[in-house]
Amino acid sequence: MWDDVVRLLTLQDANTRVVLIGAGLLGLAAGVVGSFAVLRRRALVGDAVAHAALPGIGLAFFVVGERDFGAFLLGALVMGAACAGLISLVRAYTRVKEDAAIAVAVGGFFGLGIVLSRLAQNSPEGNKAGLDGFIYGKAASMIASDARLIAWVAGGALLGVALLYKELKVLSFDRDFAQAQGWPTLALDLLVMGLICVVTVAGLPAVGIVLIVALLVIPPAAARFWTDRLGTMLVLAGAIGLGAGVLGTAVSATAPVPAGMLSRGWPTGPAIVLCAGAAFLASLLAAPRRGVVAGALRRVGLRRRIQLQNLLRAMHEAAEGSPGALFEPGVELMLERGWSPSRVRAVVRRARRAGLVEPPGADDPGRGPLRLTEAGARAAASVVRAHRQWELFLIEHADIAPDHVDRDADQIEHVLPPDLLRTLEERLAASGRATVPVSPHPLPKPAPGAGGTP
Amino acid sequence: MIIDRSHPGVTTEPAVEVHDCTVAYDRRPVLWDVDLLLPPRRLIAIVGPNGAGKSTLLKAILGLVPLASGKVEVFGKPLRQARHLVGYVPQRESVDWDFPVSALDVVLMGRYGRLGWVRRPGSADRRAAREALEKVGMSACADRQISQLSGGQQQRVFLARALAQDASLYFMDEPFAGVDAATEKAMVTVLRGLREGGRTVVAVHHDLQTVPEYFDHVVLLNMRLVAAGPVGEAFTPANLHKTYGGRLTILDEAAEAVRRARG
Repeated sequence: MWDDVVRLLTLQDANTRVVLIGAGLLGLAAGVVGSFAVLRRRALVGDAVAHAALPGIGLAFFVVGERDFGAFLLGALVMGAACAGLISLVRAYTRVKEDAAIAVAVGGFFGLGIVLSRLAQNSPEGNKAGLDGFIYGKAASMIASDARLIAWVAGGALLGVALLYKELKVLSFDRDFAQAQGWPTLALDLLVMGLICVVTVAGLPAVGIVLIVALLVIPPAAARFWTDRLGTMLVLAGAIGLGAGVLGTAVSATAPVPAGMLSRGWPTGPAIVLCAGAAFLASLLAAPRRGVVAGALRRVGLRRRIQLQNLLRAMHEAAEGSPGALFEPGVELMLERGWSPSRVRAVVRRARRAGLVEPPGADDPGRGPLRLTEAGARAAASVVRAHRQWELFLIEHADIAPDHVDRDADQIEHVLPPDLLRTLEERLAASGRATVPVSPHPLPKPAPGAGGTP
Repeated sequence: MIIDRSHPGVTTEPAVEVHDCTVAYDRRPVLWDVDLLLPPRRLIAIVGPNGAGKSTLLKAILGLVPLASGKVEVFGKPLRQARHLVGYVPQRESVDWDFPVSALDVVLMGRYGRLGWVRRPGSADRRAAREALEKVGMSACADRQISQLSGGQQQRVFLARALAQDASLYFMDEPFAGVDAATEKAMVTVLRGLREGGRTVVAVHHDLQTVPEYFDHVVLLNMRLVAAGPVGEAFTPANLHKTYGGRLTILDEAAEAVRRARG
């Protein structure tokens, strides 16, 4: 099998070369054009327009009588526009909401399209035109002229987006502003719809009507995870589409078919879409800032930092109450914060590893009393300072009663950005309290049995 | 005195002339027969209760919603010929702040109008955009993605985009919404700077208390024009009572009847 893959990817076989190039360019164009549909929150309208292409093509076939890209495109554009128009009419003039209107249009136009293509197939020319293949797509049967067409379409779409990048950007971000600035927003909207139609029609033979939509929407959605820049997003969406097209074609052409199943081999369109879907899943999970894993790690990190800071603050405040006393984390934190014994152990373990706390004796296992190391004392002082600065701010500027501020400050002290803390510190310095301020409310009494002298 | 042709506001012709405008949403009239002359080189507030049609009036002047009847002129010309003189700050909620652009990108959009088709913003435009960010105190956030800005910062980015437009006449839809007091003061300073430069600002405003302090001229609106004029003359208890003293149920009912009849 690997030999096959290598042979395929190195384009040694003229036939597969055509299919690979065609599918790759289609993915590229769909990713870039689809980005604007996704960003304008028009993914569903794109879906409807793409489905409307099928009856458009069927009608065009009845008029022209053969497989002709120009006629098919015209039919698809007309029906696509009719579909989009119908959706907005229904929305504007009836009580049907937009999602229902889109669902009605998608289903209705698709059903009409299937009927028309069945009718067309019964004529001898229709069978040759391969209209039935437009529903699921048959990339493997792509011929050089199909690929050439896709190349032209992709080139045109990319050129259009490159030239009108700034216009499409302002249209997608803020349509009212663009219109107030004098841009013909309706024409630009129609251009985006037109580009979607062109890519759809060019891609139908390869990927099919149902899945071309996935190719328009999935790569941009995946690309968005990795970047906060529109230009980068377009490049990534194009690259993901290209990769999905090439890889999906390669996999479907070379993966071994289980004996007795899939008499026609692996379907290419679904393989391409599955590759795009895998890229989406990977992006969703692994993207550095917006990804799910990164988010979960960030939350765990924040929770641990808060727990650590709570330990440090408790130790600092206990030491304020009875200087030199040892701190019983189990007793203090379980009582005051309701921590379970295992959580107390975990937090203490992490604090010890960070060199912030230590047991009084070197050979102590660390289940008993603790004291702050030098670094720990510094860290604790700064945590307490942040906490009390925030409390003072709440009391002085937000008119919150002193006995209420502890809880509020407790939530926020861990996440205050340094520049805000600096501002608070300047205010404190101005009022002559530069070091750790005294707590503005009475501290809880040390729990009985906790502390004790060394 | 040198008359700057790019800022016709230095002449005395009205900045905006709204002539007998009626606007309907969904065939339901929201503004009835508004006649309005707005003078140049003023800070002008549009006030009125919720649903009074304040945003709609701005959008009607800007051609963003169709007029059921009437006409609008900007500096004595149809809007089509005066677009380059007009800047716009939409409501902050009207856009998707998760859009993949930086604050600087958004401000650069203010320059797009003068660039024309296809041309990309160059270094001069970048400089102008950075200066605009500087004026609203947002230089430090230039490269931040816009969702990472606070509400007040987003509002300031919108104001900077309008400054980058370098227009003669600005329409601002609730520029102080969701803005903290310090930011509001800073923004008012910017607006006063615009007035010193001969520009006109028309802003939908919600806080009646600050109207006399911030604005020279006021438009009181509640589905129809209640009063308009210099703050000293028009911003009177009687006019405020007419504007806010309960909705005009007759207009409301009439609008509803129109909608039902045509729907």
